[in-house]
Amino acid sequence: MDIDLFVQYGPILLCGLLNTVLCWIVGAAGGVALGFVIAVAMYYGPRPLRYVLRGYIEVIRGTPFLIQLFILYYGGPNIGLRLDPVPAGILGLIIYGSPYYAEIFRAGLQAVPRGMIEAGRAMAMSEGTILRRITLPILMVSSVPPLTNFSIILTKETAILSIVTVPELLYQVQTMSAETFAYMEAMFALALFYWGFVEVISWAGRKLELKTNAFLSKELSA
Amino acid sequence: MFSWSTIVENLPYLLQATRFTLLVSGLGMGLGLVMGIVLCVARLSPIRWISRIAALYVSFFRGVPLLVQLLLAYYFLPSVGIDIPPLWAAVCSIGLCAAAYIAEILRGALIAVPHGQAEAAAALGMHPFTIWKRILIPQALKISMPSLVNELIMLVKVSSLVSAVGIVELTRMSQSISAATFRPLEIYIAAAAIYLVINLALAGLGQALEKRLDY
Repeated sequence: MDIDLFVQYGPILLCGLLNTVLCWIVGAAGGVALGFVIAVAMYYGPRPLRYVLRGYIEVIRGTPFLIQLFILYYGGPNIGLRLDPVPAGILGLIIYGSPYYAEIFRAGLQAVPRGMIEAGRAMAMSEGTILRRITLPILMVSSVPPLTNFSIILTKETAILSIVTVPELLYQVQTMSAETFAYMEAMFALALFYWGFVEVISWAGRKLELKTNAFLSKELSA
Repeated sequence: MFSWSTIVENLPYLLQATRFTLLVSGLGMGLGLVMGIVLCVARLSPIRWISRIAALYVSFFRGVPLLVQLLLAYYFLPSVGIDIPPLWAAVCSIGLCAAAYIAEILRGALIAVPHGQAEAAAALGMHPFTIWKRILIPQALKISMPSLVNELIMLVKVSSLVSAVGIVELTRMSQSISAATFRPLEIYIAAAAIYLVINLALAGLGQALEKRLDY
Protein backbone atom coordinates (compact mmCIF):
# COMPACT_ATOMS: atom_id res chain seq x y z
CA MET A 1 0.00 0.00 0.00
CA ASP A 2 1.20 3.45 -0.92
CA ILE A 3 1.61 5.63 2.13
CA ASP A 4 2.42 8.73 0.05
CA LEU A 5 -1.08 8.55 -1.33
CA PHE A 6 -2.60 9.09 2.08
CA VAL A 7 -0.20 11.94 2.79
CA GLN A 8 -1.04 13.62 -0.49
CA TYR A 9 -4.76 13.20 -0.02
CA GLY A 10 -4.57 13.80 3.73
CA PRO A 11 -6.40 17.15 3.76
CA ILE A 12 -9.26 15.85 1.60
CA LEU A 13 -9.63 12.73 3.73
CA LEU A 14 -9.54 14.78 6.92
CA CYS A 15 -12.22 17.06 5.51
CA GLY A 16 -14.29 13.98 4.68
CA LEU A 17 -13.85 12.64 8.20
CA LEU A 18 -14.97 15.98 9.64
CA ASN A 19 -18.06 15.92 7.45
CA THR A 20 -18.83 12.36 8.55
CA VAL A 21 -18.53 13.31 12.21
CA LEU A 22 -20.50 16.54 11.67
CA CYS A 23 -23.37 14.75 9.89
CA TRP A 24 -23.38 12.04 12.53
CA ILE A 25 -23.39 14.31 15.58
CA VAL A 26 -25.89 16.85 14.24
CA GLY A 27 -28.02 14.08 12.72
CA ALA A 28 -28.07 12.04 15.92
CA ALA A 29 -28.75 15.08 18.12
CA GLY A 30 -31.55 16.24 15.82
CA GLY A 31 -32.96 12.72 15.65
CA VAL A 32 -32.97 12.44 19.44
CA ALA A 33 -34.72 15.82 19.75
CA LEU A 34 -37.34 15.03 17.10
CA GLY A 35 -37.81 11.52 18.47
CA PHE A 36 -38.34 12.91 21.95
CA VAL A 37 -41.00 15.35 20.73
CA ILE A 38 -42.75 12.54 18.82
CA ALA A 39 -42.68 10.20 21.83
CA VAL A 40 -44.05 12.85 24.20
CA ALA A 41 -46.72 13.86 21.68
CA MET A 42 -47.74 10.21 21.31
CA TYR A 43 -47.88 9.71 25.04
CA TYR A 44 -49.77 12.84 26.02
CA GLY A 45 -51.36 13.92 22.73
CA PRO A 46 -54.93 13.33 21.48
CA ARG A 47 -55.80 10.12 19.66
CA PRO A 48 -55.81 11.43 16.04
CA LEU A 49 -52.31 12.86 16.51
CA ARG A 50 -51.20 9.50 17.86
CA TYR A 51 -52.44 7.74 14.70
CA VAL A 52 -50.65 10.23 12.46
CA LEU A 53 -47.37 9.80 14.34
CA ARG A 54 -47.73 6.00 14.36
CA GLY A 55 -48.12 6.18 10.57
CA TYR A 56 -45.00 8.36 10.31
CA ILE A 57 -43.01 5.87 12.37
CA GLU A 58 -44.16 2.88 10.31
CA VAL A 59 -43.46 4.60 6.98
CA ILE A 60 -39.97 5.77 7.91
CA ARG A 61 -39.04 2.45 9.47
CA GLY A 62 -40.46 0.48 6.56
CA THR A 63 -38.55 2.22 3.77
CA PRO A 64 -34.82 2.21 2.94
CA PHE A 65 -32.73 5.17 4.06
CA LEU A 66 -31.38 5.53 0.53
CA ILE A 67 -34.88 6.00 -0.93
CA GLN A 68 -35.67 8.58 1.77
CA LEU A 69 -32.54 10.47 0.79
CA PHE A 70 -33.48 10.34 -2.90
CA ILE A 71 -36.96 11.70 -2.15
CA LEU A 72 -35.46 14.48 -0.05
CA TYR A 73 -32.53 15.41 -2.29
CA TYR A 74 -33.78 14.73 -5.82
CA GLY A 75 -37.54 14.91 -5.21
CA GLY A 76 -37.39 17.91 -2.89
CA PRO A 77 -36.81 20.52 -5.63
CA ASN A 78 -40.12 19.43 -7.22
CA ILE A 79 -41.96 20.82 -4.20
CA GLY A 80 -39.60 23.77 -3.76
CA LEU A 81 -37.25 22.21 -1.22
CA ARG A 82 -33.73 22.88 -2.46
CA LEU A 83 -30.94 21.75 -0.17
CA ASP A 84 -27.18 21.52 -0.47
CA PRO A 85 -25.80 18.01 -0.03
CA VAL A 86 -24.61 18.41 3.57
CA PRO A 87 -27.83 19.95 4.97
CA ALA A 88 -29.84 17.40 2.97
CA GLY A 89 -27.74 14.60 4.44
CA ILE A 90 -28.14 15.89 7.97
CA LEU A 91 -31.89 16.39 7.55
CA GLY A 92 -32.11 12.90 6.07
CA LEU A 93 -30.33 11.41 9.08
CA ILE A 94 -32.62 13.32 11.47
CA ILE A 95 -35.75 12.06 9.71
CA TYR A 96 -34.40 8.52 9.39
CA GLY A 97 -33.36 8.32 13.05
CA SER A 98 -36.37 10.03 14.63
CA PRO A 99 -38.81 7.07 14.64
CA TYR A 100 -36.21 4.75 16.18
CA TYR A 101 -35.41 7.32 18.87
CA ALA A 102 -39.14 7.95 19.39
CA GLU A 103 -39.73 4.26 20.03
CA ILE A 104 -36.88 4.22 22.56
CA PHE A 105 -38.37 7.18 24.43
CA ARG A 106 -41.86 5.69 24.22
CA ALA A 107 -40.67 2.44 25.79
CA GLY A 108 -38.83 4.51 28.43
CA LEU A 109 -41.94 6.52 29.23
CA GLN A 110 -43.98 3.36 29.66
CA ALA A 111 -41.33 1.92 31.96
CA VAL A 112 -41.47 4.78 34.47
CA PRO A 113 -42.92 3.12 37.60
CA ARG A 114 -46.56 4.14 37.96
CA GLY A 115 -46.25 4.22 41.74
CA MET A 116 -43.76 7.08 41.53
CA ILE A 117 -46.13 9.21 39.47
CA GLU A 118 -48.98 8.34 41.85
CA ALA A 119 -46.78 9.25 44.78
CA GLY A 120 -46.11 12.60 43.11
CA ARG A 121 -49.85 13.18 42.73
CA ALA A 122 -50.42 12.20 46.35
CA MET A 123 -47.88 14.88 47.27
CA ALA A 124 -50.07 17.35 45.35
CA MET A 125 -47.43 17.94 42.68
CA SER A 126 -48.83 19.48 39.51
CA GLU A 127 -48.69 17.36 36.34
CA GLY A 128 -45.98 19.66 34.99
CA THR A 129 -43.86 19.21 38.09
CA ILE A 130 -44.33 15.44 37.98
CA LEU A 131 -43.13 15.46 34.38
CA ARG A 132 -40.14 17.66 35.16
CA ARG A 133 -39.09 16.17 38.49
CA ILE A 134 -40.05 12.50 38.17
CA THR A 135 -40.83 11.24 34.66
CA LEU A 136 -38.14 13.02 32.65
CA PRO A 137 -35.16 12.31 34.96
CA ILE A 138 -35.99 8.59 35.09
CA LEU A 139 -36.65 8.52 31.34
CA MET A 140 -33.34 10.23 30.54
CA VAL A 141 -31.33 7.74 32.56
CA SER A 142 -33.12 4.56 31.49
CA SER A 143 -32.95 5.51 27.80
CA VAL A 144 -29.19 6.03 27.67
CA PRO A 145 -28.19 2.45 26.67
CA PRO A 146 -30.61 2.10 23.73
CA LEU A 147 -29.91 5.68 22.65
CA THR A 148 -26.16 5.10 22.45
CA ASN A 149 -26.82 1.80 20.73
CA PHE A 150 -28.85 3.35 17.94
CA SER A 151 -26.48 6.31 17.64
CA ILE A 152 -23.68 3.82 16.96
CA ILE A 153 -25.79 2.26 14.21
CA LEU A 154 -26.26 5.76 12.79
CA THR A 155 -22.48 6.24 12.31
CA LYS A 156 -22.56 3.50 9.71
CA GLU A 157 -25.55 5.00 7.94
CA THR A 158 -23.52 8.15 7.26
CA ALA A 159 -21.61 6.17 4.59
CA ILE A 160 -24.83 6.04 2.56
CA LEU A 161 -24.79 9.85 2.31
CA SER A 162 -21.93 9.52 -0.21
CA ILE A 163 -24.48 8.33 -2.78
CA VAL A 164 -26.22 11.74 -2.71
CA THR A 165 -22.80 13.44 -3.09
CA VAL A 166 -22.33 14.51 0.54
CA PRO A 167 -18.53 14.94 0.69
CA GLU A 168 -18.07 12.65 3.69
CA LEU A 169 -15.34 10.08 4.21
CA LEU A 170 -16.49 7.39 1.78
CA TYR A 171 -17.16 10.00 -0.92
CA GLN A 172 -13.67 11.45 -0.56
CA VAL A 173 -12.07 8.03 -0.59
CA GLN A 174 -13.94 7.23 -3.79
CA THR A 175 -12.76 10.52 -5.32
CA MET A 176 -9.23 9.64 -4.31
CA SER A 177 -9.42 6.15 -5.78
CA ALA A 178 -10.96 7.41 -9.01
CA GLU A 179 -7.94 9.68 -9.46
CA THR A 180 -5.30 7.16 -8.43
CA PHE A 181 -6.91 3.83 -9.39
CA ALA A 182 -6.02 2.49 -5.93
CA TYR A 183 -9.56 1.22 -5.33
CA MET A 184 -8.78 -1.91 -3.42
CA GLU A 185 -6.25 -0.44 -0.97
CA ALA A 186 -8.33 2.65 -0.27
CA MET A 187 -11.52 0.71 0.35
CA PHE A 188 -9.71 -1.79 2.55
CA ALA A 189 -8.12 0.97 4.62
CA LEU A 190 -11.52 2.66 4.90
CA ALA A 191 -13.14 -0.56 6.12
CA LEU A 192 -10.46 -0.95 8.78
CA PHE A 193 -10.93 2.68 9.78
CA TYR A 194 -14.71 2.37 10.17
CA TRP A 195 -14.22 -0.83 12.14
CA GLY A 196 -11.88 0.87 14.59
CA PHE A 197 -14.10 3.96 14.76
CA VAL A 198 -17.24 1.96 15.58
CA GLU A 199 -15.38 -0.20 18.12
CA VAL A 200 -14.09 2.90 19.93
CA ILE A 201 -17.55 4.48 20.01
CA SER A 202 -19.10 1.23 21.27
CA TRP A 203 -16.47 1.07 23.99
CA ALA A 204 -17.26 4.65 25.01
CA GLY A 205 -20.96 3.80 24.93
CA ARG A 206 -20.46 0.87 27.31
CA LYS A 207 -18.53 3.14 29.71
CA LEU A 208 -21.36 5.67 29.62
CA GLU A 209 -23.85 2.89 30.23
CA LEU A 210 -22.02 1.67 33.33
CA LYS A 211 -21.98 5.21 34.69
CA THR A 212 -25.69 5.82 34.14
CA ASN A 213 -26.56 2.35 35.46
CA ALA A 214 -24.92 3.18 38.76
CA PHE A 215 -26.84 6.46 38.78
CA LEU A 216 -30.12 4.71 38.02
CA SER A 217 -29.83 2.19 40.85
CA LYS A 218 -29.04 4.98 43.30
CA GLU A 219 -31.90 7.06 41.94
CA LEU A 220 -34.44 4.28 42.28
CA SER A 221 -33.32 2.97 45.66
CA ALA A 222 -33.11 6.41 47.25
CA MET B 1 -48.23 19.04 -9.91
CA PHE B 2 -47.97 15.52 -8.55
CA SER B 3 -48.12 13.36 -11.64
CA TRP B 4 -49.95 10.11 -10.96
CA SER B 5 -49.71 9.08 -14.59
CA THR B 6 -45.90 8.88 -14.33
CA ILE B 7 -46.28 6.37 -11.53
CA VAL B 8 -48.95 4.35 -13.32
CA GLU B 9 -46.95 4.25 -16.57
CA ASN B 10 -43.75 3.10 -14.89
CA LEU B 11 -45.23 0.79 -12.30
CA PRO B 12 -44.66 -2.37 -14.40
CA TYR B 13 -40.93 -1.60 -14.63
CA LEU B 14 -40.71 -0.93 -10.91
CA LEU B 15 -42.51 -4.17 -10.09
CA GLN B 16 -40.25 -6.08 -12.44
CA ALA B 17 -37.19 -4.69 -10.66
CA THR B 18 -38.79 -5.50 -7.30
CA ARG B 19 -38.21 -9.18 -8.11
CA PHE B 20 -34.48 -8.56 -7.88
CA THR B 21 -34.89 -6.74 -4.59
CA LEU B 22 -36.72 -9.80 -3.26
CA LEU B 23 -34.17 -12.14 -4.82
CA VAL B 24 -31.16 -10.34 -3.33
CA SER B 25 -32.68 -10.02 0.14
CA GLY B 26 -34.14 -13.55 0.11
CA LEU B 27 -30.91 -15.24 -1.00
CA GLY B 28 -28.95 -12.99 1.35
CA MET B 29 -31.17 -14.13 4.22
CA GLY B 30 -30.71 -17.79 3.23
CA LEU B 31 -26.94 -17.49 3.09
CA GLY B 32 -26.98 -15.42 6.27
CA LEU B 33 -28.96 -18.10 8.12
CA VAL B 34 -26.60 -20.91 7.08
CA MET B 35 -23.46 -18.91 7.84
CA GLY B 36 -25.09 -17.49 10.97
CA ILE B 37 -25.73 -20.95 12.41
CA VAL B 38 -22.14 -21.97 11.72
CA LEU B 39 -20.84 -18.74 13.27
CA CYS B 40 -23.09 -19.11 16.29
CA VAL B 41 -21.85 -22.65 16.93
CA ALA B 42 -18.25 -21.43 16.46
CA ARG B 43 -18.89 -18.53 18.83
CA LEU B 44 -20.13 -20.91 21.54
CA SER B 45 -17.31 -23.38 20.93
CA PRO B 46 -15.24 -24.25 24.00
CA ILE B 47 -12.10 -24.08 21.84
CA ARG B 48 -10.76 -20.58 22.44
CA TRP B 49 -9.34 -19.64 19.07
CA ILE B 50 -12.42 -20.77 17.15
CA SER B 51 -14.70 -18.61 19.26
CA ARG B 52 -12.21 -15.71 19.01
CA ILE B 53 -12.26 -15.87 15.22
CA ALA B 54 -16.06 -15.95 15.19
CA ALA B 55 -16.17 -12.94 17.53
CA LEU B 56 -13.73 -11.07 15.28
CA TYR B 57 -15.88 -11.86 12.25
CA VAL B 58 -19.02 -10.57 13.98
CA SER B 59 -17.27 -7.41 15.14
CA PHE B 60 -15.88 -6.65 11.66
CA PHE B 61 -19.07 -7.23 9.70
CA ARG B 62 -21.16 -5.30 12.21
CA GLY B 63 -18.65 -2.46 12.48
CA VAL B 64 -18.08 -1.68 8.82
CA PRO B 65 -20.88 0.05 6.86
CA LEU B 66 -22.52 -2.38 4.45
CA LEU B 67 -21.96 0.03 1.57
CA VAL B 68 -18.20 -0.13 2.22
CA GLN B 69 -18.40 -3.94 2.39
CA LEU B 70 -20.22 -4.00 -0.95
CA LEU B 71 -17.66 -1.72 -2.60
CA LEU B 72 -14.85 -3.76 -1.09
CA ALA B 73 -16.26 -6.96 -2.56
CA TYR B 74 -16.89 -5.17 -5.87
CA TYR B 75 -13.23 -4.14 -6.16
CA PHE B 76 -11.66 -7.05 -4.32
CA LEU B 77 -13.09 -10.04 -6.18
CA PRO B 78 -11.91 -9.02 -9.68
CA SER B 79 -8.50 -7.96 -8.33
CA VAL B 80 -7.82 -11.51 -7.11
CA GLY B 81 -9.17 -12.96 -10.32
CA ILE B 82 -12.54 -14.17 -9.05
CA ASP B 83 -14.94 -13.45 -11.85
CA ILE B 84 -18.51 -13.93 -10.66
CA PRO B 85 -21.55 -11.95 -11.81
CA PRO B 86 -22.13 -8.75 -9.76
CA LEU B 87 -25.50 -10.07 -8.61
CA TRP B 88 -23.87 -13.02 -6.84
CA ALA B 89 -21.16 -10.83 -5.37
CA ALA B 90 -23.88 -8.58 -3.94
CA VAL B 91 -25.86 -11.53 -2.56
CA CYS B 92 -22.69 -12.88 -0.92
CA SER B 93 -21.85 -9.49 0.62
CA ILE B 94 -25.33 -9.12 2.05
CA GLY B 95 -25.32 -12.72 3.27
CA LEU B 96 -21.90 -12.40 4.93
CA CYS B 97 -23.02 -9.25 6.73
CA ALA B 98 -26.41 -10.71 7.72
CA ALA B 99 -24.62 -13.79 9.11
CA ALA B 100 -22.92 -11.64 11.74
CA TYR B 101 -26.25 -10.25 12.97
CA ILE B 102 -28.04 -13.60 12.75
CA ALA B 103 -25.26 -15.34 14.69
CA GLU B 104 -25.76 -12.87 17.54
CA ILE B 105 -29.55 -13.27 17.41
CA LEU B 106 -29.21 -17.06 17.61
CA ARG B 107 -26.61 -16.84 20.35
CA GLY B 108 -28.90 -14.66 22.42
CA ALA B 109 -31.77 -17.10 21.86
CA LEU B 110 -29.67 -20.15 22.80
CA ILE B 111 -28.53 -18.45 25.98
CA ALA B 112 -32.18 -17.71 26.78
CA VAL B 113 -33.08 -21.43 26.76
CA PRO B 114 -32.93 -22.46 30.44
CA HIS B 115 -29.60 -24.16 31.10
CA GLY B 116 -31.18 -26.85 33.27
CA GLN B 117 -33.04 -28.32 30.31
CA ALA B 118 -29.86 -29.24 28.44
CA GLU B 119 -28.37 -30.55 31.67
CA ALA B 120 -31.48 -32.63 32.40
CA ALA B 121 -31.32 -34.07 28.90
CA ALA B 122 -27.63 -34.90 29.34
CA ALA B 123 -28.44 -36.52 32.70
CA LEU B 124 -31.02 -38.70 30.92
CA GLY B 125 -28.23 -39.87 28.62
CA MET B 126 -29.32 -38.02 25.49
CA HIS B 127 -26.72 -37.71 22.79
CA PRO B 128 -25.42 -34.09 22.47
CA PHE B 129 -26.67 -34.07 18.88
CA THR B 130 -30.15 -35.09 20.04
CA ILE B 131 -30.08 -32.40 22.71
CA TRP B 132 -29.44 -29.80 20.04
CA LYS B 133 -32.05 -31.24 17.71
CA ARG B 134 -34.85 -31.89 20.18
CA ILE B 135 -34.34 -29.28 22.89
CA LEU B 136 -32.08 -26.36 22.08
CA ILE B 137 -32.77 -25.59 18.42
CA PRO B 138 -36.61 -25.78 18.48
CA GLN B 139 -36.80 -23.44 21.46
CA ALA B 140 -34.07 -21.09 20.24
CA LEU B 141 -35.83 -20.86 16.89
CA LYS B 142 -39.07 -19.84 18.57
CA ILE B 143 -37.37 -17.27 20.79
CA SER B 144 -35.42 -15.78 17.89
CA MET B 145 -38.32 -15.72 15.39
CA PRO B 146 -39.31 -12.05 15.92
CA SER B 147 -35.69 -10.92 15.61
CA LEU B 148 -35.15 -13.05 12.50
CA VAL B 149 -38.20 -11.53 10.81
CA ASN B 150 -36.85 -8.11 11.77
CA GLU B 151 -33.52 -9.02 10.20
CA LEU B 152 -35.27 -10.04 6.97
CA ILE B 153 -37.06 -6.66 6.91
CA MET B 154 -33.70 -4.95 7.47
CA LEU B 155 -32.27 -6.93 4.55
CA VAL B 156 -35.06 -5.82 2.22
CA LYS B 157 -34.19 -2.25 3.14
CA VAL B 158 -30.40 -2.57 2.85
CA SER B 159 -30.76 -4.40 -0.46
CA SER B 160 -31.32 -0.89 -1.87
CA LEU B 161 -27.58 -0.36 -1.39
CA VAL B 162 -26.65 -2.93 -4.02
CA SER B 163 -27.85 -0.35 -6.54
CA ALA B 164 -24.52 1.37 -5.85
CA VAL B 165 -22.63 -1.53 -7.44
CA GLY B 166 -24.82 -1.52 -10.51
CA ILE B 167 -27.44 -4.17 -9.85
CA VAL B 168 -30.77 -3.19 -11.32
CA GLU B 169 -33.15 -3.74 -8.45
CA LEU B 170 -35.96 -1.47 -7.30
CA THR B 171 -33.76 1.46 -6.26
CA ARG B 172 -31.55 1.37 -9.34
CA MET B 173 -34.58 1.07 -11.58
CA SER B 174 -36.25 4.08 -9.96
CA GLN B 175 -33.02 6.03 -10.45
CA SER B 176 -33.03 5.28 -14.18
CA ILE B 177 -36.74 6.02 -14.56
CA SER B 178 -36.54 9.32 -12.70
CA ALA B 179 -33.53 10.32 -14.82
CA ALA B 180 -35.53 9.54 -17.95
CA THR B 181 -38.81 11.16 -16.89
CA PHE B 182 -37.48 14.04 -14.74
CA ARG B 183 -40.03 13.04 -12.14
CA PRO B 184 -37.87 11.91 -9.19
CA LEU B 185 -40.43 12.78 -6.51
CA GLU B 186 -43.20 10.60 -7.93
CA ILE B 187 -40.95 7.68 -8.82
CA TYR B 188 -39.09 7.56 -5.51
CA ILE B 189 -42.34 7.83 -3.56
CA ALA B 190 -43.69 4.93 -5.60
CA ALA B 191 -40.53 2.93 -4.83
CA ALA B 192 -40.85 3.79 -1.14
CA ALA B 193 -44.47 2.58 -1.21
CA ILE B 194 -43.40 -0.74 -2.74
CA TYR B 195 -40.73 -1.24 -0.06
CA LEU B 196 -43.28 -0.34 2.61
CA VAL B 197 -45.83 -2.86 1.29
CA ILE B 198 -43.19 -5.63 1.23
CA ASN B 199 -42.05 -4.86 4.77
CA LEU B 200 -45.56 -4.55 6.21
CA ALA B 201 -46.42 -7.87 4.58
CA LEU B 202 -43.30 -9.48 6.08
CA ALA B 203 -44.12 -8.03 9.49
CA GLY B 204 -47.67 -9.41 9.26
CA LEU B 205 -46.35 -12.79 8.14
CA GLY B 206 -43.92 -12.78 11.05
CA GLN B 207 -46.72 -12.14 13.52
CA ALA B 208 -48.80 -14.98 12.06
CA LEU B 209 -45.77 -17.28 12.27
CA GLU B 210 -45.15 -16.26 15.85
CA LYS B 211 -48.71 -17.17 16.76
CA ARG B 212 -48.32 -20.58 15.15
CA LEU B 213 -45.11 -21.24 17.04
CA ASP B 214 -46.77 -20.17 20.26
CA TYR B 215 -47.36 -23.35 22.22
